[in-house]
Amino acid sequence: MWKWLHPYAKAERAYQLCNTLLPYFAVITVVCLAVGWVWGLAYAPADYQQKDSYRIIFIHVPSAILSMGAYSSMAIAAIIALVWQIRNAELAVISIAPVGAAMTAIALITGAAWGKPMWGAWWVWDARLTSELILLFLYLGVLSLYHAFEDKKSAGRAACILAVVGVINLPIIHFSVEWWNTLHQGATITKFDTSAIDPSMLWPLLINIAAFAGFVGVVTLIRLKNEILQCEKHRPWVRELIGRGE
Amino acid sequence: MRITNLLEIKSVTCTKQERCLFESLSFSLEAGQIMQIEGPNGAGKTSLLRIIAGFARPDDGEILFDNKSISQYYDEFAAQLLFIGHKTGVNGQLSAYENVCHWLHVHGCKVDEQAYDLLADLGLVGLEDVPVRTLSAGQQRRVALVRLWHNNAKLWILDEPFTALDKKGVALLQAQFKKHLAQGGSILLTTHQDLTTHFDALKTLVLEYQF
Amino acid sequence: MAQHSYWQLFTSVYRKDVTLAFRQRSEIVNPLLFFLIVITLFPLAIGPEPALLARMAPGIIWVAALLSTMLGLDKLFRDDFNDGSLEQLIASPYPLSLSVLAKVSAHWTTTGLPMVIMAPVFALLMNLEAQALGATVLTLLIGTPLLSFIGAIGAALTVGLQKGGILMSLLVLPLYIPVLIFATSAIDTSSMSLAYGGQLAILGAMLAIACVCAPIAISSALKVSVS
Repeated sequence: MWKWLHPYAKAERAYQLCNTLLPYFAVITVVCLAVGWVWGLAYAPADYQQKDSYRIIFIHVPSAILSMGAYSSMAIAAIIALVWQIRNAELAVISIAPVGAAMTAIALITGAAWGKPMWGAWWVWDARLTSELILLFLYLGVLSLYHAFEDKKSAGRAACILAVVGVINLPIIHFSVEWWNTLHQGATITKFDTSAIDPSMLWPLLINIAAFAGFVGVVTLIRLKNEILQCEKHRPWVRELIGRGE
Repeated sequence: MRITNLLEIKSVTCTKQERCLFESLSFSLEAGQIMQIEGPNGAGKTSLLRIIAGFARPDDGEILFDNKSISQYYDEFAAQLLFIGHKTGVNGQLSAYENVCHWLHVHGCKVDEQAYDLLADLGLVGLEDVPVRTLSAGQQRRVALVRLWHNNAKLWILDEPFTALDKKGVALLQAQFKKHLAQGGSILLTTHQDLTTHFDALKTLVLEYQF
Repeated sequence: MAQHSYWQLFTSVYRKDVTLAFRQRSEIVNPLLFFLIVITLFPLAIGPEPALLARMAPGIIWVAALLSTMLGLDKLFRDDFNDGSLEQLIASPYPLSLSVLAKVSAHWTTTGLPMVIMAPVFALLMNLEAQALGATVLTLLIGTPLLSFIGAIGAALTVGLQKGGILMSLLVLPLYIPVLIFATSAIDTSSMSLAYGGQLAILGAMLAIACVCAPIAISSALKVSVS
């Protein structure tokens, strides 16, 4: 009864691609996370000014970078989905969104925890913090829009449109917040100088960034696999897969 | 020149909420033909019409109008399309005359004093300038159907056009169908009651309720 | 002929929305009243010192403007969606973006423009310096159409949902931030008797981008909502 012809191949291929990619990302995550955290948290030298509390950098910076990286990959997937009308790209958008939102939340929370000893306040209206908070709102917007629709096909397309609108606005928002900050706040906050970072701290940082990227990849791929299965659950290839017990 | 296969539906599939409404459905409609789509509630009649009108995307398959895919040449298709659905597109706050004029403007038809005559033909004399929401359901339906008397569309897609109409209205409507078919147009409609007039070029499509 | 018909479509859609708004005057009056009430709340909440109010005035006026624009947005496509007019606009031989442009213009005429006209009164209520009056009116004049455009994207995305109103605010308000920043800063700068042309130029640039991009986003969102 469920005779399907055309999109059969595509979804299955995407699923297989996820399966091939998954081990690579998993290995990167495990290796880099182990090396990066041990090196960064235990062996890297303490900062001469911030002492050991700077070590949160090894979580804060990777998650902040990945929060933006995830948004751009989500937006790229959304553009692909809208222009070529590829359903798998829509599913990718939905798979990335919560991961990116989680990264943004981690960046905000670790930022606040770092801010307390350094700036003496949990929250300051620093330009980067503010942009990051708005980024979280954009992620939550995409997610809540997707979940508000009953028909998941429309939901995917609506979420894609919002993601694209968001990515067009993101530079404008970022620029305006930066500009607003210099205007209203002046030099109340002395930003730490990232370019002057010592190699002994830079290396574990880079490894941690790679680890977080791998982690985002792993979670996204697993979510994408689930979404594909969910959406194709009546097709023969999924039934076969379930039959084999994989 | 007679255009054969004005509309061609090629193996269209549609699923709604996990339920397959129809799959690999194919048929075609020639100029001058009328097609009646029958089936129980929930069989997907309205979904099919909305896919053909280009509002919803099929899960699979494509629709050709004049041998051109409607998703690629939607504006050309829209110029030849007249769609009246369950929601008729009549605004309750505006008067019948304003509604008709607005519709004509939106569809690029010429607006002239005929609009008043048209409303009169449909038995809406004296009701042209009151807000449509104060009219009865049948009269509101008539306001929407005025479009059938005033358009240059080739393909009419009508979802339950006879709802709330009285016998006279139904007869009037079917006479207009005949005129349109004679001019080389095509009609696609869903209806639960049988057509009372005889049409030579009547095709019927029955959609079954699938589980 | 074709050009004439495009114009005919635009005016017809525009006229319909404006006529409807004028028939139910509350649609025009309510956002204005809301604007006024929000502005009244602030002195009550933070104290009536004129200096403090004048310092906060740009922010208060603009936040109130953002919120009252949101009021009308939910209705922007809702009625047309419910009665099927939206489908008729899609099935029209003209581009949907043009109808959308007309609808957004109508929305601005009925909610944004009255705010621009009433702005001097609100500015006086907030003890804003006389030289900042011009800036307030100008930023609202450029900024409110921008709010209508951005808001319409959210409205189009949520029109098919049962309870779209709150969700729409969540989607749209973060996108309003740049407008808020530049508009308030323009008023601030002008109250210090400095040149505020730069901020206005940026607002104008954003409006130009929105004019071009927003109708495309809105019409594709509407097509998703209708399907």
